[in-house]
Amino acid sequence: MEILMIITVGVLVTVATYLLLSKSMLRVIIGVMILSHGAHLMLLSLAGLKEGSPPLLGEEAASYADPLPQALILTAIVIGFGITAFMLVLAYRTYKAHKTDNLDELRGTKDD
Amino acid sequence: MSMLHFIPLAPFIVAIFIPILYKAFRHIHTGWFVLPLPILLFIYLIQYLPFGGEPLTPIMETIAWVPSLGINFTVYLDGLSLLFALLITGIGALVVLYSIYYIANKREEPLNNFYVYLLMFMGAMLGVVLSDNLIVLYVFWELTSLASALLIAYWFHKEKSRYGAQKSMLITVSGGFAMLAGFTLLYNMTGTFSVREIIASVSEISTDMLFIPAMILILLGAFTKSAQFPFHIWLPDAMEAPTPVSAYLHSATMVKAGIYLVARFTPVFGGQAEWFWIVTSFGLLTLLWGSVSAVRQKDLKGILAFSTVSQLGLIMSLLGIGSAAYQYEVIGGESIATVAILAAMLHLFNHATFKGSLFMVVGIIDHETGTRDIRKLGGLMTIMPITFTISLIGVASMAGLPPFNGFLSKEMFFTGMLSGASLDVFNVQTLGFIFPIVAWVASVFTFLYCMIMLFKTFTGKHQPEKLEKEAHEAPFGLLISPIILASLVVLFGLFPNLLAYTIVDPAMQAILPGLLQEGEQFYVNIYHWHGFNAELFMTMGVVFFGAFLYVNLKKVQETAFYLGERDPLNWFYDNGLDGLITGSTAVNNVQMTGKLRDYFTFMFAFLILSVGYMLIRTGSFAFDIQNAAMISPYIYLVVAAIIISTIALPFMNNRITAIVLVGVVGFLIALLFVILRAPDLALTQLLVETVMVVLLLLVFYHLPELKKEKFTPAFNVSNAVISIGVGLVVTITGLAVHAFSNENPMSRISDYFVENAYALAGGNNIVNVILVDFRGLDTLLEVVVLGIVALAVVVLIKYKAKEGEDV
Repeated sequence: MEILMIITVGVLVTVATYLLLSKSMLRVIIGVMILSHGAHLMLLSLAGLKEGSPPLLGEEAASYADPLPQALILTAIVIGFGITAFMLVLAYRTYKAHKTDNLDELRGTKDD
Repeated sequence: MSMLHFIPLAPFIVAIFIPILYKAFRHIHTGWFVLPLPILLFIYLIQYLPFGGEPLTPIMETIAWVPSLGINFTVYLDGLSLLFALLITGIGALVVLYSIYYIANKREEPLNNFYVYLLMFMGAMLGVVLSDNLIVLYVFWELTSLASALLIAYWFHKEKSRYGAQKSMLITVSGGFAMLAGFTLLYNMTGTFSVREIIASVSEISTDMLFIPAMILILLGAFTKSAQFPFHIWLPDAMEAPTPVSAYLHSATMVKAGIYLVARFTPVFGGQAEWFWIVTSFGLLTLLWGSVSAVRQKDLKGILAFSTVSQLGLIMSLLGIGSAAYQYEVIGGESIATVAILAAMLHLFNHATFKGSLFMVVGIIDHETGTRDIRKLGGLMTIMPITFTISLIGVASMAGLPPFNGFLSKEMFFTGMLSGASLDVFNVQTLGFIFPIVAWVASVFTFLYCMIMLFKTFTGKHQPEKLEKEAHEAPFGLLISPIILASLVVLFGLFPNLLAYTIVDPAMQAILPGLLQEGEQFYVNIYHWHGFNAELFMTMGVVFFGAFLYVNLKKVQETAFYLGERDPLNWFYDNGLDGLITGSTAVNNVQMTGKLRDYFTFMFAFLILSVGYMLIRTGSFAFDIQNAAMISPYIYLVVAAIIISTIALPFMNNRITAIVLVGVVGFLIALLFVILRAPDLALTQLLVETVMVVLLLLVFYHLPELKKEKFTPAFNVSNAVISIGVGLVVTITGLAVHAFSNENPMSRISDYFVENAYALAGGNNIVNVILVDFRGLDTLLEVVVLGIVALAVVVLIKYKAKEGEDV
């Protein structure tokens, strides 16, 4: 199962990279979102996906899924959310100011 | 701290007060406040001269500066340092006196700048010649470069001054930097920065691997400073400086710093074949090139600049030949090679006297006629008789005519070259015959430009219509310094032995220590009449051929070499500098495109190459399915849905579909979290994804429709290659990590959390216990991140740029 998950991560990263290389701001932001999904899945699968019950002690199971990567991913999701939200607002303001969302047209002048 | 330490420091201390005195006493020329200092230093230094025939005992005084690094301010005074220090202070005093009358317009000229720079230079130069510690020497060395550049650009509103200053700065500072590298190599070999201690350990280091690189690096410093071929090109352009500066820095003192360095390091490197050949051949090449180029110049200062280059080459070549003295026994204070060192020291002194006076004379002509161009000058002999007399003495001495001091050193130079040709070490037999030939040819051209200088200026027809001012004799104040120097030229020409055991012998002992027995002195006997020997016939030949060339001057100056106005080597400097600028701009333009896509390309390419290389190098391709968790059939379904919707994303040209697809991927991932038994993650992911889609839809209203990206096919392929490369690298790394952790199982830290979540923290939800208890700090800072984002969003939306403000 880990192998399958890692390959899925590979696909996510490939598509995210492709989107990051595009010209439109919205595509770049979507690329960042996909990339963070990939990172979260990678974290989870590299910690091992052994059978076991959810990390809730009330379950009284013999083994639990690893709780540490879950805590780390939870933190990462929240931070990724914050950054993406900020980027979205930034894209909105940029578009308002410059009337374009094409990154090539947003280059500075020569002497910047 | 002894008196000796104050010699290099005193000018710096005085320099602090110059601007105050300049502001306070506007009606007195600031130069008068400066003048006493070099005179006092000169008088103080004179007392060290060995007048009674007793040899000079070197004095060494140390104060600690950075003792932990072996850097101490050590002042060392021996014959060589004393010779230079006397030149610096003596000519310094004369130049200050001259400058008082030369820059007479005290209302308009920024005299405070001039004298601060000049004093800074004087102190730095004294520091160079008196320092025993290499790092301190280097510090003063760079200060001379700095002061020189400041003085060249004294009239900074002139384009040419700035060009000359920049050029001299670039060349001398890069040489100085090479020299610093050489010093550190010496430190590496010997463990000390003290010249004395390095000389004491010569026998241990001369076979070291770093010995020759250190030698070459130090010589680079000396050659750039002393304007040796091909680094001489800065000196003619430095002539944009005020004439007192040219007289002081660019003839008598600073350009001799390289000579000093070579002489100082002769006890270290002398006796090595490489040193002998490099110093001698570059010296001779400079001598020839300088003397031949001087004939091309039309500007009097230009002639003098190339003449200085040529004479510096002469001294350098003599030092090179003299370094062979270490291969010979010295009998009775005399050996075949020491005569070259003797000639070098004598000429060093003589050159400072006559070249200083000649520069001052040129300054007077410029001052009184308004031009330095020999095509406009002429017939000044009767108008400026005193100036003419001084020029005649200086020029005759430079050309090497009796009875002036230049004749003595020229004869000794020929003796040195002839004895150099008859050396039987370092394979001199094969090429040594060139030495006297080059020396003789260069002397012919020296004679030629000396005649041009004198006759084109003072004889012929006077052309008052071409001059900016009406020519007349200079005021007496301007004439004092050149008269003193010219009298010294005559005095030491007639009584050369005044110098023999007071100045020349102590300097020789400093350059060639350890060659003499206790109590012996070098044999120095300078006299005019040697009998009919080879040197005399060579001099006669020089006079004859020089006069012959002068008669045919028109034909000489029509040859191809003389057609251009400037030294052809400037081509390399100018184009090299331009090439550097255009080259670095081009490189910069290639990488700094201003496009996000290009920067991402660089980063991803670097990631692929570096990680990929490491994977290949360590052979980390591992694929391990043991120990893997079982796959439930419905997981295939979820994963397949994720993959399909992700791959579809880049092909979306409709923004609403793209946003919905992003939502689909997010929710599917939440589903995956459910399957993988992460309830908190699934919950958060669902919430975040919902909010994100709402946000996207909000922004969506304000953003334009997604356009189909117009890329060229090659561009598209490269994008695809890069993204597939990144994906592959990430996948392979993940697989390798997975296989590695299977092969090397380690106990997990999570077991501790599982065991203690309830016992220590009193919670059943282990993930939440980790978030708020075991690793609560992460959560705190994550909350801070969200807070900052919220603030930033508010500012971004609320803040309206004022008119004209950039976003």
